[in-house]
Amino acid sequence: MAKLTINDLKKIKEKVHAEMALRDGDRRVKITVHMGTCGIASGAREVLDTLLQEIEAAKVNDIIVTTSGCMGLCSREPLVTVEILNQDPIKYEYMNPNKMRQVFKKHILEGEIQTPFVLARGAEIIK
Amino acid sequence: MLELAQHILDIAENSIRAGAKLIAISINENSKDDLLTIEISDDGCGMKEKEINKALDPFYTTKTVRRVGLGLPLLTNASQTSGGKLQLSSEPGKGTKVTATFQLSHIDRQPLGNINSSLISLVATNSDVDFFYNHRHNDRQFKFDTRSIRKEIGDVPMQHPEIIKYIRGVIEEGLRKIKTEA
Repeated sequence: MAKLTINDLKKIKEKVHAEMALRDGDRRVKITVHMGTCGIASGAREVLDTLLQEIEAAKVNDIIVTTSGCMGLCSREPLVTVEILNQDPIKYEYMNPNKMRQVFKKHILEGEIQTPFVLARGAEIIK
Repeated sequence: MLELAQHILDIAENSIRAGAKLIAISINENSKDDLLTIEISDDGCGMKEKEINKALDPFYTTKTVRRVGLGLPLLTNASQTSGGKLQLSSEPGKGTKVTATFQLSHIDRQPLGNINSSLISLVATNSDVDFFYNHRHNDRQFKFDTRSIRKEIGDVPMQHPEIIKYIRGVIEEGLRKIKTEA
């Protein structure tokens, strides 16, 4: 592979600018991967990595990915919360790279909730 | 946890929760002294003396959703089983520094693992935090700083897929060049 330089970065910047002009950069989906010690130990990093690569491959940029800490359900990690604009957040449990790919393609891109993996609907209430 | 890269991600998540704006991660593989050093320092809110002493206790946590806090204890254990130790220093308002050492050739030392994945996980999900990564392998060195990337890309968001792809490539190339062995 050729060496990556600052010039490559400049090219990316120009390209992204051109694309941004065509779109209104609205965020349609927010995905939270729970990254506490429990999540990381059970494979949340691999789930997140898969998600980022899927986003890259699908060339979509209306998705924001963030992480959060443990929410007290360590035994059901890795947990992923998918929030589509104007819809209830969906929490998926026991995630792995393959399930993440399925959720990304079916739920995030096509809007079809993958019920077999769902832990709960709605946001958690933090005490 | 199976790799040191996962510990690094975990400790850096602590820093993020402490409100850090800059997190410096440094790894030093020193074959001559048979020593691996991992240092993570941040400019977060820091801890008081009392909290520092409690932080290594697995039954101490600042969270209320569960009664254990295993991040630092797990790293302490990982370093101690491979003939190293963990040092924690912190000052309220200034930040925290975690230093873990390992005997490089120790049979029980966890592998460094997928550093690239851990760094990407941090950079891609924390657009308002800067990361400085410094990896030494004997006389070779790889440095990576999100501040210089930020300066270059201007108003393009850091977590844009194209930028993440670029960063992934840069880290992969850098780690290959210094022939990391740990």
